Amino acid sequence: MPKIIQKEVLSENVVKLVIESETIAKSRKAGQFVIVKIGETGERIPLTIADSDPNAGTVTLIIQRVGATSGKLCDLNAGDIVTDMVGPLGKATHVEKIGTIIAAGGGVGIAPMYPIARSFKEAGNKLIAVLAARSKDLIILEKEFKEFADEVVVWTDDGSYGNKGLVTQGIEEIVKREKIDSCIAIGPAVMMKFVALLTKKYNLPTMASLNTIMVDGTGMCGACRISVGGKTKFVCVDGPEFDAHLVDFDEMLKRLNAYKDLEAISYAKYQESLKSK
Amino acid sequence: MPANYKELKKDRMKDWREELRKSKEAKERVQGERVKMPENAPMERNKNFFEVNKGLSEEQARKEAARCLDCPTPTCISGCPVNINIPGFLKEIERGEFLEGARVLKETNALPAVCGRVCPQETQCEVRCIYNKMKKEPVAIGALERWTADYERNTGNISVPEIAEKNNIKVAVVGSGPGGLTVAGELAKLGYDVTIFEALHELGGVLVYGIPEFRLPKEIVRTEISTLEKMGVKLVTNFIVGRTATFEDLSAQGFKAFYIGSGAGLPNFMNIPGENLINIFSSNEYLTRVNLMKAFRFPEYDTPIVRGKSVAVIGGGNTAMDSVRTAKRLGAERAMIIYRRSEKEMPARIEEIHHAKEEGIEFMNLHNPLEYYGDENGRVKQMKLQKMELGAPDSSGRRRPVPIEGSEFMVDVDVVVVGIGTSPNPLIPAALPDLATTRWGTLVVDEATMMTSIPGMFAGGDIVRGGATVILAMGDGKKAADAMHKYLSENK
Repeated sequence: MPKIIQKEVLSENVVKLVIESETIAKSRKAGQFVIVKIGETGERIPLTIADSDPNAGTVTLIIQRVGATSGKLCDLNAGDIVTDMVGPLGKATHVEKIGTIIAAGGGVGIAPMYPIARSFKEAGNKLIAVLAARSKDLIILEKEFKEFADEVVVWTDDGSYGNKGLVTQGIEEIVKREKIDSCIAIGPAVMMKFVALLTKKYNLPTMASLNTIMVDGTGMCGACRISVGGKTKFVCVDGPEFDAHLVDFDEMLKRLNAYKDLEAISYAKYQESLKSK
Repeated sequence: MPANYKELKKDRMKDWREELRKSKEAKERVQGERVKMPENAPMERNKNFFEVNKGLSEEQARKEAARCLDCPTPTCISGCPVNINIPGFLKEIERGEFLEGARVLKETNALPAVCGRVCPQETQCEVRCIYNKMKKEPVAIGALERWTADYERNTGNISVPEIAEKNNIKVAVVGSGPGGLTVAGELAKLGYDVTIFEALHELGGVLVYGIPEFRLPKEIVRTEISTLEKMGVKLVTNFIVGRTATFEDLSAQGFKAFYIGSGAGLPNFMNIPGENLINIFSSNEYLTRVNLMKAFRFPEYDTPIVRGKSVAVIGGGNTAMDSVRTAKRLGAERAMIIYRRSEKEMPARIEEIHHAKEEGIEFMNLHNPLEYYGDENGRVKQMKLQKMELGAPDSSGRRRPVPIEGSEFMVDVDVVVVGIGTSPNPLIPAALPDLATTRWGTLVVDEATMMTSIPGMFAGGDIVRGGATVILAMGDGKKAADAMHKYLSENK
């Protein structure tokens, strides 16, 4: 079973886990995800792979504490076992030389952006990274992006680090400054929605990587379905990347909230169990 | 598959069998009434997930087994996709050798406790029983199969089939559903080194994610799988062949043949307005949450399920029946089947329809949904239905449902489950571009051997049939295992 080799706390609610999995480390490609389940009673959740080391046989996941399952994951430590991890799932990013690309990562979405942005850079593109989050402590992987990106700009909602403002302002400044050929957006659904609205205005092709509710992750259940250009698509097998200009983000945002009340019960129960420990 | 009548005849001519036959006149045997399966009371059981059928008593089983006339040409066997020696095991029950009965069952069926519960015997073995010709109710073969397998399990001493000498030839089985388990059992018996790869975290495929606890307790599936493990079959969960490792990777690791039993795949939706509203689920999702993830025990289990008050299930198959009866058990005041044809055309088993009715399920046959409407949060709250009537038969031979113009009306619903079938999963074909598929996306196989267009790669069950039954998948598995043995013997 997959063992956690290394744990790093990136911020109060964001944790990086390096997990043993020889097979997934070897087979995964940028843009793909895994499904993870903790314990016998756990729920299956999808997590995009942030990095892997085929030689060491490890994959890296970056997790933000938002509910019971992500909370359980964040509270695991080096040496602990991830009960179930399966993948790689989803289609790999189609990487090609396009020209100049903006990679806009929002919050914990910066993590799945990392391997995708790096692949595009390696394919010969000029890569400009726009890293954005609510505040300074939620900006992750800045150092890693600086190692390969042609330019890295940071935006925070509260101005505690980098420029003060939203990711869309960051993108717009660059678009006005120079010719951009393509944009990639990964982050909270609402962030991707507004990036898509902005880039549509500039006719800038934009790809979004979506993280919806899933159960099996192999196409069997359809929990992840969304509308793309008026057609129903499954994020797990048709995606997770789609043309952001065609995605019905309003529908997706609603569907993400499908279990909000029940998730709160689950999370409260988990927090209660921590107290009694 | 044709039964081996020569072997069966030899079996039938054994001294004890002849004696047993003569011990009671046929005239006397046909006097008995078919046994009735004891069931939990409908209005109690529709509030819990315990098994509906309680099983026969020993006395009932022996009495029912004695009804079997032990025909010289047992037509029942030809109706069984895995050719169970039916009179063979029934006569063992009649004479009181119950464990022998179980052994006979397992000669050809790796999962008798499962098949005794979920097989459509009424259209397979029982429909061919001689009693039908006498205008009498057939021998309750399914109930007896179940009883025999349960008897053996309850002794805690389950016989493990004899294994031939190990030949160290590695075979990979993709998917641990009924077909894959059958292939694994058959090939393990012949001495092969078999590994089952399962994508989910639990083994059993549709037996664990699809069929509810109240029809097939998961404990039974686990027991049947543990027998395979005792036979030396290696079990690997959380492994997607084609993704976690490619077919080439596995070939390089020494796997000489593959069986693809990856199952049904993508749920179909009707593509009508409002279908992506919250609380509209595919049957696959609804049942997986409840069965595999145990959402009915939320919050003890983390996976949530929405407990609707007014639940509509679209479809008339076994999956739809499982979904609607699950909805009732989750507390629905109103649980409805919406089916566009009439009850006569329903693909579900008669027993399931009957049980559903007893449990208070409403049947809105000859109705079809046109559109769903949601509240301000995007949750479904109403659906528009249209009444249908039956026209001329279509290509399936069933009368085609025709909409009645102007018959539309609204129904309040807070959960909708769409159970109208599945399309093949694209993961396997995507991993093997050379694999021939039909225009529906199912795999092309040679009907005699179940071999795909790639030599050494066999397939069966829903990925070939596009949606069928547990026992048909097992029949495919059996056929494929024979052919794989032949293939591997010739291609050493």
